[in-house]
Amino acid sequence: MKTRFDRREFAIGAAATGALAIAGPVGRARAQIPAIKIGSLLPRSGFEAQIGQHCQQAIEVGKSFLKARGYSLEVIDSDTQSSPEAARTEAEKLIRDGCNILTGAFDSAQSLAIAQVAEQRGIPFVVNIGADPAITNQGYKFIFRNFPTAVMLGNHGLELFGEIFKATGKTPKTAVYIHLNDSFGEAVTKGVHAFRDKVGLPFTIVDEIAYSPQTNDLSAEVAKAKATNAELAMVITRLNDAILLVREMVKQKWSPWGIISPGSPGMYQMPFFKALGKYANYCITNVPWLDPKQKMAKEFEAAFLKAYPEQICDIDAGFTFEGLLVCADAYKRAGSTKPQALVEALKATNITDRVMLGGPITFDEHGQNTNLPSAAVQDLKGKPTVVLPAANAVAKPVFPMPQWSTRT
Amino acid sequence: MPAWLGFVVAGLLTGAVYGLMALGLSVIFGVIRIINFAHGEMMVLGMYVTILVCRALSLDPLEAAPLIAALWFLGGYALQRGLVNRYIARPEHEQFVLLLAIAIILTSSMLMIFGPDAQSLQTSYAFDSYEIGALTLDKVRVFAAAGSVVGVALLWAFFGFTRTGKAIRACADNQTGALIVGLNVKRLYAVTFGLGTACVGFAGTLMLLLVDVQPYLSTDYTLLAFVIVIIGGLGSMPGALLGGLLIGLSEALSAYFFAPSLKSLFSFALLIVVLLLRPQGLLGSRA
Repeated sequence: MKTRFDRREFAIGAAATGALAIAGPVGRARAQIPAIKIGSLLPRSGFEAQIGQHCQQAIEVGKSFLKARGYSLEVIDSDTQSSPEAARTEAEKLIRDGCNILTGAFDSAQSLAIAQVAEQRGIPFVVNIGADPAITNQGYKFIFRNFPTAVMLGNHGLELFGEIFKATGKTPKTAVYIHLNDSFGEAVTKGVHAFRDKVGLPFTIVDEIAYSPQTNDLSAEVAKAKATNAELAMVITRLNDAILLVREMVKQKWSPWGIISPGSPGMYQMPFFKALGKYANYCITNVPWLDPKQKMAKEFEAAFLKAYPEQICDIDAGFTFEGLLVCADAYKRAGSTKPQALVEALKATNITDRVMLGGPITFDEHGQNTNLPSAAVQDLKGKPTVVLPAANAVAKPVFPMPQWSTRT
Repeated sequence: MPAWLGFVVAGLLTGAVYGLMALGLSVIFGVIRIINFAHGEMMVLGMYVTILVCRALSLDPLEAAPLIAALWFLGGYALQRGLVNRYIARPEHEQFVLLLAIAIILTSSMLMIFGPDAQSLQTSYAFDSYEIGALTLDKVRVFAAAGSVVGVALLWAFFGFTRTGKAIRACADNQTGALIVGLNVKRLYAVTFGLGTACVGFAGTLMLLLVDVQPYLSTDYTLLAFVIVIIGGLGSMPGALLGGLLIGLSEALSAYFFAPSLKSLFSFALLIVVLLLRPQGLLGSRA
C-alpha cells in the first residue's frame, strides 16, 4: 500500500487546498446578505425619557433576537429628545448617514414630524407607537404603522368595558373621565366621544376633567372627580401622571369601583408598581398586549426579562420590537435596500409569527395595520395580567376593585 | 360643608409653601437689589439633595429640612462672596446674564447627574390624610404648610430680634448710612443671599413632599416665584407670603369653578390685574 505522497501529488493537493481556501470566503461572502441599516428614533431624553429608554431596551434585545433568527440588520440609534423639532432633525441626520429605513418614535407628534421628512426624502418609515390618525391618513406612500390609531385604540378599549362588566356581573352607572390634554389625550378623547355618541357606553360620563401632561400636582383634579361621586374612573394617562392620580385618590380616600383606561400608558409600567406598591393593583388598561399564548411572545418576553429583569415586557416593548421585525422582514423579502423595493415589500407584509395579540401583521392601502385588537390588562399581584379576551386570558378580572383601606 | 371649602384649604396649604419659596427671592432683592434668576434651579437642586440625604441617612424630609437649609445657607453665602458680589455695582443686564448662566449650569448638571426621570421620596405617611368632618386634608400637604409656617416664623424672628437681622434691615433701608455707621455691608449681603437660598432650599425639601422632582421643574418654579413676588410686591416679605397664598388660592378656585388645566391661566390673569391696578404689588412700596 502506498503510504507517502510524491511531489506531484503534494503539489496538486496544495493547489487544491489553496483554491478551496480562497474560494471559501468568497463563497461565504456571496451567501451572506449585507445588513439593512435601520434608523431607530426614540425619545431617550426629555420628559418622555423614561419610556423612551424602556423602548430602547426592546431595540437592544430585538437586535440579537432577530439576528439569531436569520435576519440581517444594523440599527443606528437616535434620540428625539421628546421634541418634534429634534425628531425631524434626527430623522434627516439618519437619512444622511445612509439609513435605508426608519422606525420610531413612540410619540404621535414626533412620529408626524419624522413622517414628513421620510415622505419628502422617499425613505420608508415604520411607526412603532403613535396613535394620531393623521400619521396614516394624509396619503403618504412611505409611511407604515403597526400600532392602532387613537380611534381604533379608543373603540377597542371601550368595547372591552362592557365585556369586563359582563364577566364580573357588575355594571357601574356613572363614570368620570379624567384625561391628558396633549395630542394623544385629545385624539383618544375624540374617539371616546364618537363611540359614546354612535355606539353608546354602558355608563353615563358625569364629568370630564382634562390636565396637562407636565403637571406635578393632580390634587384639584382628583378632588373635583371625587365630588362627582362617580362609580368609575375612566382615565387617559401617561406614566408620571398615572402615579400622581392614584396617589391622590388614595390620599383623598376616593375609592371608585374601578380605574380603567380605554387605552393609554402608565398603569402597566414598572415605575407605577414601584411607586404605588399595593395601591397599583386592580387598575385595568385596555390596550393591545403581548399574546401570552403566542410562541414568539413567550420567547421574546423571556429574552427581554433575562436582559432586564427589573422591567416589564409590555405594549411599548412589544410594538417597538415589532417595528424592527417589520423592517427586517421587509428587507428579507425585498432582497434590496432600495426604498421602492422596501415599500413594495412592506405593502405585501404578512407576518403571522409575532408577539402582539391579533392576526397577522398586514398593512391596508393607507399603510395602517388593522389587525390590532385590545386586551383588558389588569394589575394583579404587582404584574400586568391579561384578563380578557377569555381566549388569551391568564386570570379572571377583579371588579369592583377592593377599597384602598382594605389593601394588604 | 360646601365642596369648594376643601379646595380653598388645600390651596392655602400649597400657597404657604409657595410663599416660603418666593420669600427667598424677595429677601435677596429687598436687600441686595439683585434678582435671583436661578431661584427655581436652587429649589430643584434642594429637592434632589434632599432625596440623596434622606436615602443616605434614612431621614424623613422634615428631619432633613434644617440640614438642607443650613447647607443652602453656606452655598448661598459662598456664591455671593465669591461671585455675585463682584456684579453688584455692574449694569443690571450683566447681573441677569450671570444668574441666568448659573441657572443653566445647575439645570444641565442636574440632568447629567440625576437624569430626566421624575424622582420621588416615599414617606410612611405619603398616602395618609386627616378627616375633619367632611373635609379631607392630605397629611403631606399639612406637614409641608406647617414646615413653611415654621420657616417663615424663624426668618421673621431673625430679622426682628437679632443684631444681624436688624443690621440687614438697616442696609436695606439705607446702604450709605449702614456704611457710615460701620456695618460690614459685604458680609451682610452674603448673609442675606445665604438666607434667601436657605429659604428656597427649605421650601424645596417641603415641596418634595407634594411633587415628584425632575430638572425641568426649575423654570416653572422660577417663573412661579416671580409671579408671586410681583403680585405681593418685590422686596416685601409679607407681600411674598400673601402672593404665595393668593396664587395657591387662585389655582384651587379656578380648578374648582372652571377647569384644573386652567390653573396657570388664572395665576397669570391675577398678575396682569395687579400690574394694571397696583404696579408696585399688593404690599410693595413705590420706588
